[in-house]
Amino acid sequence: MKSFALHAGIVVALFALQFVLPAYHHANIARILVYAMLAVGYNVLLGYTGLMSLGHAMFFAAGAYGAGLAVYWLGFGPLAALVAGVGAGLALSLIAGLFLLRTTGVAFLIVTLMLSQAFFLSTLYFNSVTLGEQGIVLSNVAAVEAFGLSLHLSDPAFKYNLALIAFAFSLFFSLWLVRSPLGRVLIAIRENEPRTRMLGYNTFAYRYLAITVSGMIAAISGTLYCLLFSYVGSSFASLQYSTLPLLWTLLGGAGTIIGPLIGTGLMFYLLDVSSGFTSSYLLVIGAALLMLTLWFPKGIAGTIRARWLPWLP
Amino acid sequence: MTLLEVRDLSRHYGGLAAVNNVSLDVSKGEIRAIIGPNGAGKTTLVGMISGRIDPSRGRIRFKDKDITETRAWNRVVLGIVYTFQVASIFRNLTCYENVALAAQRRQAGILTSNEKAIAAAVSKALHRVGLASDLYKMAGSLPHGHQRLLELAMALTLAPELLILDEPTQGLAPSEISAFCDLIREVAQSATVLLIEHNLQVVLELAGRITVMDQGAILAEGTPKEIEKNAAVRQAYLGQ
Repeated sequence: MKSFALHAGIVVALFALQFVLPAYHHANIARILVYAMLAVGYNVLLGYTGLMSLGHAMFFAAGAYGAGLAVYWLGFGPLAALVAGVGAGLALSLIAGLFLLRTTGVAFLIVTLMLSQAFFLSTLYFNSVTLGEQGIVLSNVAAVEAFGLSLHLSDPAFKYNLALIAFAFSLFFSLWLVRSPLGRVLIAIRENEPRTRMLGYNTFAYRYLAITVSGMIAAISGTLYCLLFSYVGSSFASLQYSTLPLLWTLLGGAGTIIGPLIGTGLMFYLLDVSSGFTSSYLLVIGAALLMLTLWFPKGIAGTIRARWLPWLP
Repeated sequence: MTLLEVRDLSRHYGGLAAVNNVSLDVSKGEIRAIIGPNGAGKTTLVGMISGRIDPSRGRIRFKDKDITETRAWNRVVLGIVYTFQVASIFRNLTCYENVALAAQRRQAGILTSNEKAIAAAVSKALHRVGLASDLYKMAGSLPHGHQRLLELAMALTLAPELLILDEPTQGLAPSEISAFCDLIREVAQSATVLLIEHNLQVVLELAGRITVMDQGAILAEGTPKEIEKNAAVRQAYLGQ
């Protein structure tokens, strides 16, 4: 109950924030919320199942391309594009899961990286369809007709609230997941897979499920990113988009529900502020990460849980 | 009635036969001990029975059903429960969560569970092994002997028909061992126990029959009295 109230409070605060923020930060938060959703999906695997992926860019990009290509080449409306993006993400998660299922630990990391790089190179190879690195700019997405209103995806308020709804969905979904019997088994797999198997759990099936759920949330994030910010390019499938959710999750606290949001927001603004002072802003990020690993290996929310709030999910 | 039937079971690692053509019958309700020097193949044998290790050859039957191809997690559902040679628990979870994972397996459904029934099962199992006061302690913070008891609580919660204990008294204090023996005798009222054990005192006290293994094969089998007198066993096991 306490934890539900905390997370509901955070969503309410984010909702209220849009009325006071200046336009620049308003747009930033919308972007952070979509990215944070990618991190939430990532955290299902790293934080709760104990599998570190270096390939979530492919799920993010599958969602983004599924939606973007459907709009650009087939003239899909926003809702149909959403379905296309999520469908592409689901298909990729189910297929990739079949390969990933056989691996854990470092092997899992390598195989996700390989699959993701194959996806990335495919987006370049088929550049007649994907327009490669230059990417696709969506300039003509139709408005969403709902409740007698015509809502444009380019409208900042609509963008912000859509991002918030999607993020809140992923947040509460993951909160429910980790407290369900299913989540209990995933945590058990993270802690000691051989023991879990000898308690009678088919750990392969559970890991497959976790990979699919994680990939799906990442794909929804990619779908929304493409639709809200009207762009998809092969950089979405690049290694950078696989390492970012890893860093966000570690910074915020792997295995905490709120960690991915904290990590994503902090890293976003760390980049934003430091790039205003110096062109070598990545150095600042590197230093911040070094300090984090040295003094806060559990991440921000993980440290808070360990020191002050043991009930934090 | 025969509960477990092992026929010509072998496991080869390259040129090494860890277990070679072993046949074994275990009757329902007995406490069977498997003894033998280090490297005799005891853990490999029970690993194959529990499904952790795939046999190279041979068949395993349980309750008159061939389970050679059955995966480990499904054997648990059939009633074959294994405790590891080195206590294997969820160190970073509470004792409650450790046992709850076993209790949850007895329920259907992966999205909903009956938490009341789980709590009752956890409380019962922890009482049984004497860890009731450690309910919310982190499993990893327990003394070693208690970690073994926690693993036993998890095993008992699965309601085993065949309980396989791999060196359960290793690391227990002498005072804990006698309580442990009482517990196993009580468990044996409802389950068949297959016990790998180095402590001969425990073996002689508990086992109805003893199987002696050496170099991957069965050297002898019989009651404790027969085994004590067996010259070949003395030669291989005690070196006299």
